[in-house]
Amino acid sequence: MLTLVGQDQSGIVAQVTQALYQGGCNLGEASMVRLGGNFTMMLMVNSNVDESGLAAMLSPVADKLQLHVHLDAIEGRLHQHPKTDVCINVYGADRSGMVAEITARLAAAGLNIVDLSSDVGGVDQKPIYIMQIEGVAEKGMAPLQQALDALQQQYGHEFEVHLSPIDTLIM
Amino acid sequence: MTVLDLLIYPDARLKNESSPVTVFDEKLHQCVAELEETMRAGPGGVGIAAPQTGIFQRIVIVDVSIKPKIKHHGCLILINPEILEWDGFEIGREGCMSVPDYTGNVIRARAIKLTAQDQYGAIHEYDMEGYEARAVQHEIDHLDGLLFIDRLVSRRHDLFQRKVYKKSNKKTK
Repeated sequence: MLTLVGQDQSGIVAQVTQALYQGGCNLGEASMVRLGGNFTMMLMVNSNVDESGLAAMLSPVADKLQLHVHLDAIEGRLHQHPKTDVCINVYGADRSGMVAEITARLAAAGLNIVDLSSDVGGVDQKPIYIMQIEGVAEKGMAPLQQALDALQQQYGHEFEVHLSPIDTLIM
Repeated sequence: MTVLDLLIYPDARLKNESSPVTVFDEKLHQCVAELEETMRAGPGGVGIAAPQTGIFQRIVIVDVSIKPKIKHHGCLILINPEILEWDGFEIGREGCMSVPDYTGNVIRARAIKLTAQDQYGAIHEYDMEGYEARAVQHEIDHLDGLLFIDRLVSRRHDLFQRKVYKKSNKKTK
């Protein structure tokens, strides 16, 4: 797993992947996103080269673009996608502790999070927090709905939480 | 009965356009029976289009009756299907037996009016919505060489909230 962070600039993806390609690597699944002014990358790389070899392969481009690179040996194969069956959207006035509180209740109600993305928007004086979660409801939808109802009861309209099933139609 | 082999992407033949059926004979009935068998053997198995098995004719079978609590027409054999009207849109998550181990969000019409022949050549019209309409649109795409991965929309910024939004709208009315 290649983890990479650096100040955002155009050409990071192209130059990093070019270096990997020329080093004989094959790329797998990736998540790349700009967070604040940083560009972040998490990329599965298949290579015969070990971690120090990969680090050496990437160091010219990492130095040039001032990127922090981190490598971990992992196992990755095809057909490892869990089938997500629930989507949870949360938004409200930004305050600390919100993510911890909500995800703790959801975890206790059987949610395994597969994908989470969040944004801070609104105006400087009153920022708002928006979070989208996709996951697997390991104990079914009912406990998750109960957990969210309890949260909503406790916090009123401080934030809004919506749960919807993801019903995948395979044809 | 025979379960037919499925074409799996990146097989380029999945991008072929299929031809209209002109002869409604015993051979067609046999083909329809084999397609249905193949559909039911697959995971999910709510729809199949003939080109998924390398038969490039405009034949589709859809049966969403296994989904609980939805409107449907049972097992639909649709020969030379054509959509006459579209109404509304919805995002839903789709997968396809020809694109294993991947699912994605696709926008489809919420409801459609459809004309199609049956396996004897008689013309029928159908009004359908929801899952059934989605399945039929997905299968008709196969007849035109289109896969659901040709129509993907963002997974990260999808519109699942829309349904909730509609519900809360109703409450305030």
